[in-house]
Amino acid sequence: MNAAVAVPSRAARLRAFERQHPVLRLVAVRVLTGVVTLWLVSVVVFAATQALPGNAAYAVLGRSATPARLHAYERLLHLNRPLIDQYGSWIGGVLGGHFGTSLANNESVSALIGPRVVNSAVLVALSGVISVLIAVTLGILTAAKRDTWFDHSASVVALAVIALPEFVVALALVILFAVLVLHALPAVSAIPPGSYPWQNLNELILPVATLVIVIGPYTFRITRGAMIDALESDHVEMARLKGLSSRRILLVHAFPSALPAVIQVIGLSLLYLAGGIVVVEYVFDYPGLGAALVDAVANRDIPTIQFLVLTLATFYVVVNIATDVIALLASPRRRAAS
Amino acid sequence: MTFSWEWLSLLARAARTRRGQIGLVVTGLVVLVAAVGPFVAPFPSTVSQTSPFASPSGTYPLGSDVIGRDVLSRVLAGGWLLLGVAAASTLIGVGVGLLIGLFAAYRGGVVDALVMRIVDVFLAFPPLVFALLLVSVLGSHVWLILVAVAVSHAPQVARVVRAAALDVSARDFVRAVELLGTPSRRVMTGEILPNLLSVVMVELGLRFTFAILLIASLSFLSFGIQPPAADWGLMINENRIGLTVNPWGVLLPVILIAVLTVGLNTFTDAIARTSLGLERSTERLDLVASGIASEPAL
Repeated sequence: MNAAVAVPSRAARLRAFERQHPVLRLVAVRVLTGVVTLWLVSVVVFAATQALPGNAAYAVLGRSATPARLHAYERLLHLNRPLIDQYGSWIGGVLGGHFGTSLANNESVSALIGPRVVNSAVLVALSGVISVLIAVTLGILTAAKRDTWFDHSASVVALAVIALPEFVVALALVILFAVLVLHALPAVSAIPPGSYPWQNLNELILPVATLVIVIGPYTFRITRGAMIDALESDHVEMARLKGLSSRRILLVHAFPSALPAVIQVIGLSLLYLAGGIVVVEYVFDYPGLGAALVDAVANRDIPTIQFLVLTLATFYVVVNIATDVIALLASPRRRAAS
Repeated sequence: MTFSWEWLSLLARAARTRRGQIGLVVTGLVVLVAAVGPFVAPFPSTVSQTSPFASPSGTYPLGSDVIGRDVLSRVLAGGWLLLGVAAASTLIGVGVGLLIGLFAAYRGGVVDALVMRIVDVFLAFPPLVFALLLVSVLGSHVWLILVAVAVSHAPQVARVVRAAALDVSARDFVRAVELLGTPSRRVMTGEILPNLLSVVMVELGLRFTFAILLIASLSFLSFGIQPPAADWGLMINENRIGLTVNPWGVLLPVILIAVLTVGLNTFTDAIARTSLGLERSTERLDLVASGIASEPAL
């Protein structure tokens, strides 16, 4: 009896650990499900590209398929082996950092894509930071000045802009600033190979502006909503009754309550960018992952497509996990609840 | 059943708000252009008439496009397929998502967990990237675009519907019906489904807007509706190189798509405000769809 009380069962110890370290537990659970999700994503990507009827060799060669060329491609893509084998060698290569050879120009996919990862990362990071700075500031200000003309006009503009496709925004900016009205900025952003995007700031302005306009309204609307909720809460009312300055109330008392929602929507915006860069990079001829995907699809370059789709999906899953964890850390109530 | 008429009354109520009126009128104008356009186009939309990028003239009021086709005729003919495919894929996608969400909520337990895991896998693909993946192997076909858009709708809708269904099923009146011994399936269709009406209506609006964005983007990338067909997204890309010579081939499709999506979004916002009675309801649904919030505020 005594021994049983002194040595708690493994399950009980696990529960105690979970109670004491809710964040660690959440991270562990999230990372595990993330890995499973990514594995399933890889199966879907593989199934779509290599296992669908009317196989990849046909897709690549199209109508020009002769039996000899078909066989050559089938050997190149290992299509003559069982599907499980094919998947195994593909995923094994991906995990070992070998992403295959591009069918478009016989270079290795990683050599082709490597520099583009930097370009896209710069585009995403810059758009993310700028849109968050503008949108969160506007969200806080409109919540503080709720139902004024400033608030109403910001909300109406956000509602209108939120529905616009990226290429419509991009072309509107090109028409306004590059081609028809003003001629201030380049309409294409061809970053020369070997140079970095930050060495070509002029070329970055329009693509970044497009993405900021596309994702900013989401962040703005959520921030405004969360701030209004926070400003209506009891503890902010308390701070008001204490006679604190309104700036102090906004930033020290209300904003922390709104922070988890703001972090979540920033994560959501980053997720949106994973798809948004495709169109924007194509419009501006910006040499990133999105433009590479459009090229690869046009050339039916299966290994490159597989790699790019997997990369974008991985980005998606990782950002999702990171967002959840950071939002949890920023939210004392939820941390206690879990 | 009251359910079948309630959605009309919801639409009517939304249409009486100011936002609703603006959204409806604006959307209606573009739909009118798309629907009537093909019948009133002065020239065949796929046949060259004059020199490329000719400036507007008496015969060709908006000039000509990249291979000398009448821009006005192409604009008039270029909307119905976009709207049709968007509407069909939205109905299918929301329908399938509704079934998946209800099924997961109704079965609960392991089935629910499993279904939602699969939903997560599909949510990990950015919709445009998923569509490109399918197109890269199967080629650009209208049916494939329809399937790709429907498949990217379904998981988002499933998530929202499941959360809403769980929320409704925890309410007292549903508990009471269950205690009376009504079979679960009847509870689901008779009690829970009617209470999801507003959520589904808002989803329909959001998804329809999103379908238009997605299909127009695909066409713009030249993987959607294929040349020589007239299509607004396609036209924008075709005529980009002539922007300085005759801007109308780009300008008018850009304006029409912008007006259409803004109008639809405004109307959806009006539906959300009237039905859910909350100021920030559409944002709330955005959040649920992306997994941020666990339940839509009903």
